Amino acid sequence: MAYVSLILGRVGKAVIVLLAILVFNFFLIHAAPGDPAAVMAGEAGATDQQFLDDLRERFGLDQPLPVQLWRYMSGVLQLDFGYSYRQQMPVLDLILDRLPATLLLTGAAFCISLLFGIIAGTLAAMRAKRPSGSIIMGLALLFYATPLYWVAMMAVLVFSVTLDWLPAYGYSTVGADYTGLAHVGDVAVHLMLPALTLGLFFMAVYTRMTRTSMLSVSQQDFVKTARAKGLAPGVIQRRHILRNALLPIITLAGLQAGQMVGGAVLTETVFAWPGIGRLMYEALMQRDYNLLLGIFFFCALLVILFNMLTDVIYRLADPRIKQGAT
Amino acid sequence: MTLLSSVTGRLTAAALSLAVALPAVAQETPQSGGVANVAIQPEPPGLMLPLVQNAPTQRVAGNIFEGLLRYDAELEPMPQLATSWEISDDGLTYTFHLHPDVTWHDGEAFSAADVVFSADVFLRETNPRTRAILDHVASIEAPDDETVVFTLKQPFPAFIQAFEVGTLPIVPKHLYEGTDFYNNPANNHPIGTGPFEFAKWDRGSVIELDKNPDYYEAGKPYLDKIYWHVIPDAASRAAAYENGTLNIMPAGSVENFDIPRLAGMDGSCMTEAGNEYFNPFAMLWLNNREGPTADKRFRQAVMYALDRDFAKNVLWNGLGKVPNGPFSSTLAAHDDDLQPYPYDPDKAEELLDEMGYDGEPVRLLPLPYGETWTRWAEAVRQNLEDVGINIETESSDVAGWNQKVSDWDYDIAFTYLFQYGDPSLGIARTYVSSNIAKGSPWNNVEGYENPEIDKLFAAAAVENDADKRQAMYDQIQQTLHEDVPLAWIMELAQPTIYRCNVHDLITTGIGLNDGFKNAWIEQ
Repeated sequence: MAYVSLILGRVGKAVIVLLAILVFNFFLIHAAPGDPAAVMAGEAGATDQQFLDDLRERFGLDQPLPVQLWRYMSGVLQLDFGYSYRQQMPVLDLILDRLPATLLLTGAAFCISLLFGIIAGTLAAMRAKRPSGSIIMGLALLFYATPLYWVAMMAVLVFSVTLDWLPAYGYSTVGADYTGLAHVGDVAVHLMLPALTLGLFFMAVYTRMTRTSMLSVSQQDFVKTARAKGLAPGVIQRRHILRNALLPIITLAGLQAGQMVGGAVLTETVFAWPGIGRLMYEALMQRDYNLLLGIFFFCALLVILFNMLTDVIYRLADPRIKQGAT
Repeated sequence: MTLLSSVTGRLTAAALSLAVALPAVAQETPQSGGVANVAIQPEPPGLMLPLVQNAPTQRVAGNIFEGLLRYDAELEPMPQLATSWEISDDGLTYTFHLHPDVTWHDGEAFSAADVVFSADVFLRETNPRTRAILDHVASIEAPDDETVVFTLKQPFPAFIQAFEVGTLPIVPKHLYEGTDFYNNPANNHPIGTGPFEFAKWDRGSVIELDKNPDYYEAGKPYLDKIYWHVIPDAASRAAAYENGTLNIMPAGSVENFDIPRLAGMDGSCMTEAGNEYFNPFAMLWLNNREGPTADKRFRQAVMYALDRDFAKNVLWNGLGKVPNGPFSSTLAAHDDDLQPYPYDPDKAEELLDEMGYDGEPVRLLPLPYGETWTRWAEAVRQNLEDVGINIETESSDVAGWNQKVSDWDYDIAFTYLFQYGDPSLGIARTYVSSNIAKGSPWNNVEGYENPEIDKLFAAAAVENDADKRQAMYDQIQQTLHEDVPLAWIMELAQPTIYRCNVHDLITTGIGLNDGFKNAWIEQ
C-alpha cells in the first residue's frame, strides 16, 4: 500500500513537472535566433518573401506566440506531438523510429559500464595494496579523463581503418539486407565500437566509486564481526561489503539511465548511429521546434521514470530506507 | 551569334557523343554493374526536388528527376528530356521538342502536358527562384504531346540557362494535379523520369536508389544502385572513404585539410569539374548603411588588406580562384581585363587614414560551416587588424547567422552565392536596389544603392544583342569594382574525390547534381 500511494503521488508530481518543462522549453527554443522557415530558405540558396510567408503559414509560425503555445499544448494533451516542419512527418513517428537504435546503444553501454565497472571496482578494492589494483585504478583514471570524441575517433582509426576488424559507422551493413540471426550478428558487430566508447567513461566512474565505497564499508564494525564469526572472505565481500557499498552506485546508475535517450549525441554523430541524439542535434540546428520539443519531452519523461525506479530499487537494496525517509 | 537559332539537338548530341566516344573507345567502353557508395551530409529534408531546394536534396534527387536540358562545362545547353530546341530571332519564343519514349517511374507516359504543368502551375507556386525566372514568361503551351512552347513577355537571353534539373525539374502531372503539393503522398516516394528510381530511405542511415530498367537512353544507366550514406561527422566520412566503404566523396564531404591526404591515396582521384553552373562565390557582406563600412574608402581598404592568395593556398589547398571583380570567371559575361585588387596593406592604411578611421569596432560574422570557414575568419581578422581595423568576431550557428544577415545585423559577414550560369540569374540580385528587403540572406543585404547599376542590370537582362549586352556588363563590373559594395574573396573550388575505377562521374557543368547516368565502374 505504502508503495502504491508513494508511486501515485510521484506520478502526479511528474505530470506537472513534465508540463512545466514543455512550457519552459517552448519559450527557450523560440528565444533562439532564426526560425525553421528562415533556415530552410537559407539552405535553398535563393528565396523570396512569398516563399517565407508560405512556409510560416504552413507551420503556423505566423500566429502570435501564446497562440502557438496553446495549440501545441492542447495537441500534447491529446498525445499529438505535431509535425516536423523539416521532415514532413509526425514527430511521434520520427521519435519512435529512432528510439530503438538509441536504446540499444545506450542500454548496451549501460550494461557494459555497470557490469565491468562493478567487477573492476571490486577487484581493485580487494587488491587495494597490490600493483594489480593500482593498474586498474590507473586505467580507470585514464578513461575517466579522456574526451569521448577522441576515444571514438581513435577506436575507428585503429579497429576500422587500420585493422579492418569492425565497421567504422552505421547500424547495419548497407545493402546486405541480412535477416534473422545474421541481422542480429551484423547489428552487434556495428554496436561494439560505439557501445564501448560510450560505456568507457561510466565504467571508469563505477570502478572508482565501487572501490572507494567498498573500502569504506570494509572498515565498519559489522564487517569485523563477520570476520570474527569466521565467514569466508568471498562471502564477506559479496554479502556484507558489496551489498552495502552499492547504494551510491545505484544513485549514479539512475542518473546514467536517465540520459539513455538524449545522452549519446556525440557517439551517435561520430559513428553515424541513427538515434535520437543526432535527431535532437539536427532539430536544434534547424530550429525544428516541434521535433525538438517532442524529443525534450521524451528525455524528461525518461529521467523522471528512472528517478522513480531508482527510489524503488533503493528500498529493495536497503530495507532500512522507508517511505518518507527520503 | 546572338541566338542558338534552330539548334538541332539530335545532331548536336550525335556529334557530341561521337566526339566523346572516339577517345573513349581508345580507353575503355562503359561496363554495366557496380554500386556507387556516396557520402551525403546533411541528410536531405526530403527528395521531392520540385518542392525542396536544399543542396543535399539537389545532389540526390538529380538522379530521380530530370530537366529539359543539361549544360556542358561552357554552359552551352545539351539535350535531356528535350532532344532539340529553337529560339526565335526576336528572342521571344522558345520551342522544345521532347523525347518521345519517356515514361515515369510508375509506368505512366511522359508528355508535354507534364512540362506545362510543372512550369506553369507547380514551380510557380513552390520554387522562388524559378518563379522569378518565369515572371518573364507570358504563356506556356503544348501544341502536341511532344512539343512545348514558351512565349516570353520580352527578350530574356538568360532564359535558356534555366532548364537545368534543379531549376526546372519536371513533375508528374498525373500524381500532383489538383492536390495539396506539400502533403501529397508521392512526396515520400518521388516519381521522376530519371536514370535512377527511389527505392528506400532509412532515415539517419542511408538513401537507396535503384537503376531504372526502362530508362529511355538505351544501355544507361550503368550502375545497379546508388547508396547515399548519411554520416554526420566529417572525420568519420574520411575514415569511411579510407577503408573503402565509400567510393565517391562529393565536394564538402571532408574538411579541406583532409583533401590532400584522401586524394593522394593509391587509386584515389580528384576532379574540380562540374562546378561551372553553380560556381559558389565566397564574399564578405559589407554593411553599406552604417558604421565604417558605409564609407567606400573603408571598403576599398578591406579589399587591399585581404591576402586572398594566402587564404586560397593555405586554407583551400590552392584550389579555387581569386576573383578579379564581382563576376565569376566561368560566366560568359566575365570581364577578363579587370585588374584585381592587389594585396597592399600600405595602400589600405593610406585609405583608412584618408577617411579618418578612428578605430571604431567592426563586427565580423563568420559562416558556421565547419573548420575551414572558422580558420578563414581568423585569417581575415588578422589581415584587417594588421592595417589597424578593430575587429570583434561574433559567433553563431547557421540559424543565427541566417537571422543576423537577413536582418542586416552585421558589419562584415561571410557568405557564398551561387551564380546559376548568368548574371541576371545569380548576380543582379546581390546589387540591385529593388532587392533590398529584410528576411532573406540572399537579397541585396549589403544595402548598396546605385540607380545607374539598377538601370544597367535591368537593361542587360532583356537585351537580345550580345555585344550590347556585354558592353553593359563590362560597365557594371567596372562600376562595382570601384564601389566595392562587398568584398569578393574567392571562387570556391568544388573538388570531388572518388576511386579511380569510377569513370564518367561528372560529364556536365552541373556536376554531381546532374545525376549519375553516365557513370560506370571498371570491374
